[in-house]
Amino acid sequence: MMTKADVVIIGGGISGASIAYHLAEAGVKNIVVLEKQYMTYGATGRCGAGVRQQWGTKMNCLLAKKSVAFFEKAQSILDYDGDIEFKQEGYLIVASDAKETETFAANVALQNSFGIPARMCTKEEAQEIVPHLNTDVIHSAAFCPTDGHLNPFTMTDAFFKAAKRLGVHYYDHTAVTDITMKSGKITGVMTERGFIETDTVVNAAGGWAKEVGAMVGLDIPVYSRNHEILVTEPIEKIQGPMVISFSKNIYCQQTPHGAFIMGRGDKDAPKGHDMGSSWQFLEAMAKTVSELLPPVGELRVIRQWGGLYNMSPDHQPIISASRDVPGFYIACGFSGHGFMLAPMTGLLIREMILGQTPSMPLEALSLERFEGQEIEELETSVV
Amino acid sequence: MDHMNPKDIIICRCSDVTLFDLFELFEQGYRSFEELKRIKRVGMGPCQANTCGKMVQWEIAKYFKIPLEEALFHNLRPFTLGIKLKHIKEGSDT
Repeated sequence: MMTKADVVIIGGGISGASIAYHLAEAGVKNIVVLEKQYMTYGATGRCGAGVRQQWGTKMNCLLAKKSVAFFEKAQSILDYDGDIEFKQEGYLIVASDAKETETFAANVALQNSFGIPARMCTKEEAQEIVPHLNTDVIHSAAFCPTDGHLNPFTMTDAFFKAAKRLGVHYYDHTAVTDITMKSGKITGVMTERGFIETDTVVNAAGGWAKEVGAMVGLDIPVYSRNHEILVTEPIEKIQGPMVISFSKNIYCQQTPHGAFIMGRGDKDAPKGHDMGSSWQFLEAMAKTVSELLPPVGELRVIRQWGGLYNMSPDHQPIISASRDVPGFYIACGFSGHGFMLAPMTGLLIREMILGQTPSMPLEALSLERFEGQEIEELETSVV
Repeated sequence: MDHMNPKDIIICRCSDVTLFDLFELFEQGYRSFEELKRIKRVGMGPCQANTCGKMVQWEIAKYFKIPLEEALFHNLRPFTLGIKLKHIKEGSDT
């Protein structure tokens, strides 16, 4: 185990992997990634494997669009020997009523202003895209053909393999127990397997980011909440895009491997780190999917699980240097969308650490934006 | 069995993973059942590792020369058997 590092990244999910890769690719040496469990144990490995650019805020639109541009070339950029399974067959976001249609139309206009090729569809047009869609229960839909599916496991593996080739040291089953400080500055990271001297730490701990922040005395305004999900037996391909609805509380896609994955949130679920499975979720999901996509009801569920959304007050990520703790960087609060935004997370954190010109304005992603402020721009396009 | 080609020995029938595939992953440094699952889908099919689980555990122990109990089994999650979504819906309607 390394005893000294230039940068220590806490978290072995997609964000930590992307940050490690982007730093190493820029020539930073002596990078250590620490993971308490194993690669993608947390939200990355539990997510719905979707990538979308249809958002209601400028920041999320920009992060998503630039991330998709990376994913399109990731297989070759990272020279990966596996398959990241990036399938761009779109996201069809269905609206339940006239009011939701109005919101989507405004979102599509915003997305178009950033060059995201989304468009509004009538019920009939939506059914051409997903033939088994029950148009009786929808009002309209928005569709973006360049959204899609990406394999969370192999995408993370691709980042880590490339990072390791560039010299990154990755330690799993190595929990961080403390971050040591002297005169307000970071001096090192204490782990179960020993001490690592460093002055730069990145908090990419996902569902546990608040706890890692507390190690340097920061109160990061995020909380975690379980979101449940299930997978069916694989069948022949019948559905290209991800189908989602905010009002019906569902996302559902068929993976390239043939299985359907579907999930929904429960706003009454307690805050905390529970990642269990419930029969209540199963019943609600079975009803929702049988109504919206009737033939999917014929499929057998083979597994269900849960994972943590790390929620920020405005449902947009915190990708930020800490003003109060020099050398402490934060990438958390993705509010359910850290997987699909990871390329930009890695790039922006690298630019902050190396003092490079940022690829996009950072104020709206800063930790300090919440201080004494009313929420200026709330992202509501969240399942 | 030792004289059989590992490419001909199917470990996971649901996801079509051979012993050779496992050896390749072991050589690349993946040591745990959870990692093998994530990279090769071993144990993630309709049988949920009810067929291959013990074999995967055994092969990990053998390859890394560790006691069987140290080659951790994968996380067990619901379901035990596949159930149709519409049957779950119908069950909750009554």
